[in-house]
Amino acid sequence: MKAATKKTSAKPKAAADSAAALKAPEPAEFDKDQELAAYRGMLLIRRFEEKAGQLYGMGFIGGFCHLYIGQEAVVTGLRLAMKDGDQMITAYRDHGHMLAMEMEPRGVMAELTGRRGGYSRGKGGSMHMFSKEKNFYGGHGIVGAQVPLGTGLAFANRYRENDNVSLTFFGDGAANQGQVYESFNMASLWKLPVVYVIENNRYAMGTSVTRSSAETDFSHRGLSFKIPGVQIDGMDVRAVKAAGEMAIDWCRSGKGPIILEMQTYRYRGHSMSDPAKYRSKDEVQKMRSEHDPIEQVKARLIDKKWASEDELKAIDKEVRDIVADAAEFAQNDAEPDVSELYTDILR
Amino acid sequence: MPVEILMPALSPTMEEGNLSKWLKKEGDAVAAGDVIAEIETDKATMEVEAVDEGTLGKILVAEGTEGVKVNTPIAVLLQEGESSDDIGSAKPAASPKPEASDKSDADTPKETAKDAGGKARQASDEPSAQKEAAKAPAAPKTEAAADPDIPSGTEMVPTSVREALRDAMAEEMRRDADVFIMGEEVAEYQGAYKITQGLLQEFGAKRVVDTPITEHGFAGVGVGAAMAGLRPIVEFMTFNFAMQAIDQIINSAAKTLYMSGGQMGAPIVFRGPNGAAARVAAQHSQDYAAWYSHVPGLKVVQPYTAADAKGLLKAAIRDPNPVIFLENEILYGQTFDVPKLDDFVLPIGKARVHRRGKDATIVSFGIGMTYAVKAAEELAGQGIDAEVIDLRTIRPMDMQTVLRSVKKTNRCVTVEEGYPQSSVGAHIASEIMVHAFDYLDAPVMRVTGKDVPMPYAANLEKLALPNVDEVIAAVNAVTYRS
Repeated sequence: MKAATKKTSAKPKAAADSAAALKAPEPAEFDKDQELAAYRGMLLIRRFEEKAGQLYGMGFIGGFCHLYIGQEAVVTGLRLAMKDGDQMITAYRDHGHMLAMEMEPRGVMAELTGRRGGYSRGKGGSMHMFSKEKNFYGGHGIVGAQVPLGTGLAFANRYRENDNVSLTFFGDGAANQGQVYESFNMASLWKLPVVYVIENNRYAMGTSVTRSSAETDFSHRGLSFKIPGVQIDGMDVRAVKAAGEMAIDWCRSGKGPIILEMQTYRYRGHSMSDPAKYRSKDEVQKMRSEHDPIEQVKARLIDKKWASEDELKAIDKEVRDIVADAAEFAQNDAEPDVSELYTDILR
Repeated sequence: MPVEILMPALSPTMEEGNLSKWLKKEGDAVAAGDVIAEIETDKATMEVEAVDEGTLGKILVAEGTEGVKVNTPIAVLLQEGESSDDIGSAKPAASPKPEASDKSDADTPKETAKDAGGKARQASDEPSAQKEAAKAPAAPKTEAAADPDIPSGTEMVPTSVREALRDAMAEEMRRDADVFIMGEEVAEYQGAYKITQGLLQEFGAKRVVDTPITEHGFAGVGVGAAMAGLRPIVEFMTFNFAMQAIDQIINSAAKTLYMSGGQMGAPIVFRGPNGAAARVAAQHSQDYAAWYSHVPGLKVVQPYTAADAKGLLKAAIRDPNPVIFLENEILYGQTFDVPKLDDFVLPIGKARVHRRGKDATIVSFGIGMTYAVKAAEELAGQGIDAEVIDLRTIRPMDMQTVLRSVKKTNRCVTVEEGYPQSSVGAHIASEIMVHAFDYLDAPVMRVTGKDVPMPYAANLEKLALPNVDEVIAAVNAVTYRS
């Protein structure tokens, strides 16, 4: 109903010029190798997160731990659209992003368990991890704070006159933060190469978008700043990749920022201690059985006879082994030396 | 081998829970992600999801059982090809508390993790790490280098603080193409306080960037650019407005190096006028020295003279850490001698003895120095020879210079415009008490701004700020002359 009223209501003229002109591209056509790569990439994230949840339950992981299960297609599809040199930055639901940026599962898991082999040597934890080498800029624990930072990465790209693009991820919750709009304004004013990826998983912790957001079409959130945006099926990795390519090309060609609203869903609670009573089991089950990003790829692979059940099982086994190895390492690696307490405060 | 399913912990503090319901029964096939049981804690009912696929071989804890400790095996999951006969050989999916390897075994190359993970759940105890893992190591001591020697015969040029700051930025921008300045009115307007005068003309709009009035946003953009390797100077029109941006300054700029295990930091300077100007009242008159000096990961500089402003701003721009550079509007127009040198850089973290003396130590910084210096002059006329120390850097603080002086004079007065509680002077007093208690002949006295929001009325404003008479009175008090 809401969508219908939106279509008929008169949009401001200028906004229509800049934003409505932009259409979501058709989902990308994947060949066999691309489907398999997407399948493996998403499966790695899912199995990793399941293991993280398990280790949390066993007491190996402390504090806050936010799992990405259900949202795998978003980061996987966008990674397929990025080139080396493009940067990624996100909030605290970040494990999937790190794996997609090819950070070592061992290093990520050991950071979750607070061990010396973790990416931050055990000093950052689940929400605060970085890899300069892999162009992953965190891992940020304050809702929305990564948005100006990601805009700053784009500022540096423009300053250095390279053609890199900053992919700045945030959720539907962060989309209501004031600093997001301060960033939109500057990014548009200065034509910064930044793709704002709004991962709309429908719930800001326990508050649904309809209860928290006056405008629930997040692709329109840039209209006042002349930033175009599109809504994308974030459960379909092909749709995500196509949108990512379109958006990154947009930025690389100097047109300034762009918004991708990725409509996605997290299966688990906001964090490990969230019983998720704000939504029905049926809602979760429906997403899992009808829209699961991994099952979609799997079905296509089987359907097109690009892979047999056994071949897919072999991939699953390979991924499970990687995750088991990471978990083994993360449980047995030593805690940081006490001398680390006072290191890395100043350079 | 069959896998044991353990009672999970579902929050950082959960120690036990009730197994309220089994959703699968023995013999059921289970896929990863299937909800197999519900458990109840004091806070909520939570679902237990299977992590592995297999067949539920045996339920070890019946539904309705209360007070099941975290990590108790609650069921056994059979994997492909296994039957209930294999149940005896079950092993936990992973041991929650890996056995500590024999520490005396010198051949064990790897330090074992002991029970780090399990410990985290003993939430009712005190934090685990402290309990057994020995005491925290001592904080490392740092000592800043001394000021560079100024060759004899160097020409001294009378320069305003305003010009000195501009010269510092211009020199550093000439030296390093990665240095740029952003802020409100820094470019076309030539600076709200004319600190950036001429920079746009010399360096162009790419490196002298006017921002919209969005402190939170542009502070974050600056930090992001710094994380990418640029060297931003972010000007706040006043530090009062930086309160809008304090999350980015502290959570993003100051903590990233630590949180990234040293991989990524933010070489950035946040600068602008700080403290009271004149008659701008409560929201525009506040000294943030104590605020920022509280935060590990920041350096905090607050110069008084033009030479220090120049040498320290150049150092701040070159520093690989985030530096808070607190200026003062009233000092902008004051003129001091600045050595005419090609590259005059001063060390951050080093205090300067502004006036030698033997009877009492006055420690101050920034505009507080104007009261300290005048008081010392007047006291000299009264036969009191005060030593005046200009801290210049608030963090890291050069306590050695202060302590050396106090051990000589046995008395100390601190002077600052900030509020009294948790002030810079309070910290200095505490350090002196710990490190020079036996040298003190009198309690350390603090002269600070009054514990009130800055009033607008001229007479009240004057009362709210420290003044020379208060400094003299404090020195008289510590020398028992009052």
